[in-house]
Amino acid sequence: MRIGLFATCLGDTLFPDAVRATAVLLARLGHELVFPPDQTCCGQMHVNTGYQREPVPLVRGFAEQFGDPSIEAVVMPSGSCAGSVRHQHGIVAERYGDAALRAGVATVQAKTYELSEFLVDVLGVTDIGAYFPHRVTYHPTCHSLRLLRVGEKPLRLLRAVEDIDLVELPEADACCGFGGTFAVKNAETSSAMLADKMRHVTGTGAAVCTAGDSSCLMHIGGGLSRIEAGTRTLHLAQILASTRTSPYVLPSTPLEATR
Amino acid sequence: MSTPTYLGMPALPPRSPYGTGNLRGDRTFPRAAHDELRNGQLRRNLGKATHTIRAKRLAVTGELPDWEALRDAGSAIKTDTMNRLPELLEQLEAKVTEAGGTVHWARDGAEANDIVTRLVQQTGSDEVIKVKSMATQEIGLNEHLADQGIKAHETDLAELIVQLADDKPSHILVPAIHRNRDEIREIFRAGIPGVDPELDSVPAHLAAAARAYLREKFLTTPVAVSGANFGIAETGTLSVVESEGNGRMCLTLPDTLITVMGIEKVLPRYADLEVFLQLLPRSSTGERMNPYTSLWTGVTPGDGPQNFHLVLLDNGRTAALADRIGRQALNCIRCSACLNVCPVYERAGGHAYGSTYPGPIGAVVTPQLAGMDVSADDPNSSLPYASTLCGACYDACPVKIDIPSLLVELRHQHTEATGRTAEKLAMKAAAAVMGRPGVYRAAQKAAGLGRVVAGRDGKISHLPPPFNGWSDSRDTPAPPKRSFRAWLASAEGASALRAAAEEGARTRTEADGPDEEEQ
Ligand code: SF4
Repeated sequence: MRIGLFATCLGDTLFPDAVRATAVLLARLGHELVFPPDQTCCGQMHVNTGYQREPVPLVRGFAEQFGDPSIEAVVMPSGSCAGSVRHQHGIVAERYGDAALRAGVATVQAKTYELSEFLVDVLGVTDIGAYFPHRVTYHPTCHSLRLLRVGEKPLRLLRAVEDIDLVELPEADACCGFGGTFAVKNAETSSAMLADKMRHVTGTGAAVCTAGDSSCLMHIGGGLSRIEAGTRTLHLAQILASTRTSPYVLPSTPLEATR
Repeated sequence: MSTPTYLGMPALPPRSPYGTGNLRGDRTFPRAAHDELRNGQLRRNLGKATHTIRAKRLAVTGELPDWEALRDAGSAIKTDTMNRLPELLEQLEAKVTEAGGTVHWARDGAEANDIVTRLVQQTGSDEVIKVKSMATQEIGLNEHLADQGIKAHETDLAELIVQLADDKPSHILVPAIHRNRDEIREIFRAGIPGVDPELDSVPAHLAAAARAYLREKFLTTPVAVSGANFGIAETGTLSVVESEGNGRMCLTLPDTLITVMGIEKVLPRYADLEVFLQLLPRSSTGERMNPYTSLWTGVTPGDGPQNFHLVLLDNGRTAALADRIGRQALNCIRCSACLNVCPVYERAGGHAYGSTYPGPIGAVVTPQLAGMDVSADDPNSSLPYASTLCGACYDACPVKIDIPSLLVELRHQHTEATGRTAEKLAMKAAAAVMGRPGVYRAAQKAAGLGRVVAGRDGKISHLPPPFNGWSDSRDTPAPPKRSFRAWLASAEGASALRAAAEEGARTRTEADGPDEEEQ
């Protein structure tokens, strides 16, 4: 397949290892990758904070860069960015765009996927030959879970990883408290939610807490680093990209692991 | 040729007037949460109560094979209702009148309070007994009646606890959810005249103490005030759904019954109750059926109240209805499922919302009824931001109100109404950078400079306002040396992808044979 890779602004700038792992993974599965160089940001932060006029150029940019019909699917290592493209770009285009933008958005929306749903639903693979000999717990992230309905897909991918010790996260479906600007505007409530999430994560004794979204991992990982917990955060793509021939080496400090 | 008549611009329907009723707190959500979060007892009570009720709800909604279809039906009936609200309300008025009741229309809380006060005064009583009701709380009826020398006695056990403690409710369904048994015993010992000073905190004993106190009120008070869960346009039937039977006492014993109902509570047909009487108890208390469902139609000679008044309350509902997107919030049946699953409500508690309606639906409906004043620190303007948009509320809602989308919509309305703020300028600047790929790439390189402010361990531990709340409990990694795109463009990136492709091809050939390589 010819796959358009959307790095997401956060992934491209702050967490490039997760995007690298996504690219490597898709290449290993035999697919051709396209990286439109003018891609930037999906505009999710703007829309979620209440701004819908400002991200119009971002929505248009996304539709233009990935609109090329030779790109069969647009894949991104982020549940919330995929959610933004599929659920928010239409709202922005409807309100502040023109007919061309609405049509463009509809076209790209239909072929936009978060990584785990692309692997399981579109490619039909669950065992992608990964090897990760560590104890791992999975946090489902709200937008993957409830906006995209990825359900068990990431867990099916993880269960197929060789030598992984996958442990269930108690109250996994509870929000970690990030919520984008929520963590800034309502930092204290956010911290209270994060504290409970961290208690559950560290209680599993896992070496790694994984998820399909670098933003939630930045939040959980930032908290774990502050309390100097032994658990690191790592994007799902990085576990799936780890193989026997080139295994992922767990870094010594938690924050290094986040990128 | 006829001359065109200028009809003027249609005015926006009024919101609930500023400074009236209980639809606005005295501080913003983050400030209120700051205090509430320090209340360890509250956190424990809330955590325990919400977790218990979540489990019960999941058990009784999961057992119904047609639960999802019921939710769809509930949503469809409510949407249809809102689409023809005026005609249904007139039908309701006609039917109630036909059955011997009197219908009053109240534009806002102040009008409703005046109507109820006048009706009580006409009976000559200076006391009323009350059925638990959100609408009367919203308009501050008890306080208004007290000002006019009329004492209102709450008869719902939890409302009684709140009233005796001179407190405010913190949950739609369990107004005293923030109190535990020991606190309740103290409230009863201080507030119920003649109560046994030895009263302990066994729930049955607490309930018995309240029962003895209330029984006397039921038998001696000639006027009752209630809200309504449903009003049926087709028949003029009103309905109250409750657990204790105290509501039933109020609805049947007094001579005069005054019901205050928000106009969005109307349902088209009697048969619609089939859907809602399944949705409501399962979603709210996690029961298959609530113990008491009272239905009454006007006045029945010789049976029950002989004077029945229905006060139809707008108080900002028409304004909400005028909002094409926001009107969905009027579909709410006040089950409180969204509160019980909300991680923000669970931590901050109901009082932090400053309104009769707390939790996710409160964050949506409060600003819709009472508006968000553009002055920067109107507490109501902070409510749409009191959510991570995690979506747990949407999943739980029996009438499928898309609360996260409504919150995003209200945030948009808020930013549109405010002038230039630092945040708006920052958002414009960010969009300007993101909208120009060349500038974005330059900014990305500059972000690498963030490494300078990071410690030697690659952590940024302190950030300036407004990000200091974030950095109080989270480290932020310094931006990496190289962005993804820089890696991709490098020789290292190209060879890594080539190697991955070759390795993949090799394993596929080994595993499946060459024919299936394309799969
Ligand atoms: S919004 Fe939905 S879940 Fe929340 S109280 Fe209303 S009906 Fe119940």
